[in-house]
Amino acid sequence: MSTALIIEQLLNGLQFGVMLFLMAAGLTLIFGVMGLINLAHGSFYMIGAFACAAVAAATGSFWIGLAASLAAAAAAGTLVEVAVIRRLYDRDHLDQVLATFALILIFSEATRWLFGSFPLYLDIPPVLAGAVALPGGAHYQLYRLAIIGIGVLVAVGLYYLISRTRLGMRIRAGESDREMIAALGVDIGTLYTMVFALGAALAGLAGALVGALQSVQVGMGEPVLILAFVVIVIGGIGSIKGALVGAVLVGLTDTLGRFLLPKLFTVFLGPADGATTGAALASMLIYIVMALILAFRPKGLFPATA
Amino acid sequence: MRKIFAAGLLGLSLATSGLAYAEPVKVGMITTLSGGGAGLGVDARDGFMLALKLAGDTEIEVVTEDDAMKPELAVQIADKMIQSDQVDLLTGIIWSNLAMAVVPNAVAQGKFYLSPNAGPSPLAGAKCHENYFNVAYQNDNFHEAMGNYAQNEGIKKMFILAPNYPAGTDSLNGFKRYYKGELVGEVYTKLGQTDYAAEIAQIRASGADSVFFFLPGGMGIAFVKQYAQSGVGIPLMGPGFSFSQDVLGAIGDAAIGAKNSASWSKDLDNEANKTFVEAFQKEYNRLPSVYAAQAYDTANLIVSASKKASVKDADAFRAALKEAQFDSVRGKFKFNTNNHPIQDLYVREVVKEGDVLTNKIVGTAFTDHGDAYAEQCKM
Repeated sequence: MSTALIIEQLLNGLQFGVMLFLMAAGLTLIFGVMGLINLAHGSFYMIGAFACAAVAAATGSFWIGLAASLAAAAAAGTLVEVAVIRRLYDRDHLDQVLATFALILIFSEATRWLFGSFPLYLDIPPVLAGAVALPGGAHYQLYRLAIIGIGVLVAVGLYYLISRTRLGMRIRAGESDREMIAALGVDIGTLYTMVFALGAALAGLAGALVGALQSVQVGMGEPVLILAFVVIVIGGIGSIKGALVGAVLVGLTDTLGRFLLPKLFTVFLGPADGATTGAALASMLIYIVMALILAFRPKGLFPATA
Repeated sequence: MRKIFAAGLLGLSLATSGLAYAEPVKVGMITTLSGGGAGLGVDARDGFMLALKLAGDTEIEVVTEDDAMKPELAVQIADKMIQSDQVDLLTGIIWSNLAMAVVPNAVAQGKFYLSPNAGPSPLAGAKCHENYFNVAYQNDNFHEAMGNYAQNEGIKKMFILAPNYPAGTDSLNGFKRYYKGELVGEVYTKLGQTDYAAEIAQIRASGADSVFFFLPGGMGIAFVKQYAQSGVGIPLMGPGFSFSQDVLGAIGDAAIGAKNSASWSKDLDNEANKTFVEAFQKEYNRLPSVYAAQAYDTANLIVSASKKASVKDADAFRAALKEAQFDSVRGKFKFNTNNHPIQDLYVREVVKEGDVLTNKIVGTAFTDHGDAYAEQCKM
């Protein structure tokens, strides 16, 4: 096992974590500010990927596609908030889960109706093709480095937005006392729509970025949604900082687990059995980590509200 | 979502002449028409319906339902089709885990089951049944073919990769049954995994001469794209599912040159296949995949059997199925003792024809190949 391989795997873990952060940030923001469990968040991820693939195929430019993915996911988010979600804030979580689950089905079938059952094609932009040489002899794909860069930018941007701007102040105020800021004359309805659209746009961005690496197909959002929920539970529901730490933790745990556990078990059980046992345990690893963290910190690593 | 297709609308004139003594057959088709695996099910359904349309057979009625790739849903649909729709024969299932959930129960109730795709090893061996016919392949076949190819090509170091579920372990076992060179890596991934950066880094470090992988549907698309983007450059090979027509468009040019194995290819030189490929393109405006070809054969097998015997007479109908007297798009086709195919398996290469990616036959891996489980079948 060379240094180069270990560096590559660490970067892979970081890149996976950053991608999860883009999903988890919106999810945790929506839960923190509005107290809403949004299962349809994975659908915005899918919408972003489809919008990017369709527009990139029509215009030939990945970047226009990326802009379209942000716009389409934000538009879908706004529409969903105004038409459906707005009616759910005062209901209990079960109603929210049911309604947003229905939204998953509606979005999935509508996407199939529009684009068909076959996966779409989306490639990475030529500017970011190829790999760069890193210290220690490692080679890392430029596009994945760019994803890490975009994730860091989004994290910094969100931090600035929440802690330094007037909008962020209102979001934080809405988080702690909704009636009070409404009484102070803040238009809470518009604020919620904006937060929801922002969360949806981040999910759409993640979908478009990942769509170029993976396949753009119906139902692509749900597996990521489950991981995003794991991330926000580990990080502390409602906390952006928690989402960032949780996402990187989950990304690294999953990647290094997949890489190291089969090797470890091969030593004891031989190649065929060791590989299957190690792989099976690796797929459970993040849930084991989640259970451990919850056992010691039931509210997650960074509880949002005291 | 229930659709009833009245089959063979165009063949009204033919029906009066050739099929005067054919008894009506009611077919229940359970296949995947929604969710991530829908591309495969849609192709299977379209291939099946096309065969009935071309045969001009109005006596075969098809009830189609979507299993959404869920075993429990497939079981419910099968029960409903047997109890209330009163079908004579079931077909259509794409996935092995769904087939394992549905088939044993359906054949135990005296219904026929004709598999257009899945061929799990238990159903070919110890749990085989006289009413279960597999028109596609036994699951290991395509992988065995690739193992044999790698062995014959003298490839020294292989890296092999499959998802950690029964068909995945069957796949790598099938490959290893014929490949005797050195394995520099054997990796099982999570089923449904979409990011393969960790595995690709291992492949880069392994020093392999070639990589064999079995990742059906979206998993394979993701893997091949990421593999090409990473610039590792070690040649890829896999079973036909990894480079089938339904995924090639989404993989893109990254697939060009990859070797893969299948029992069928669009350029197989026989009359039945030419008719099929041409008619499929005309009807659906896309190229058929191996799933469409297998389902097309399944439908033609049913048509051929129903001309010879009434489906109500189970023994006669079974014997008629077993004879397999239909023009297969695979050229020659016959059933083994365990009702699984004996057929040729080909090595194909992904090429670009105009703007379209497709497969071209570059060699034969096996001639008249059966499966490793037939001996365990006591029928």
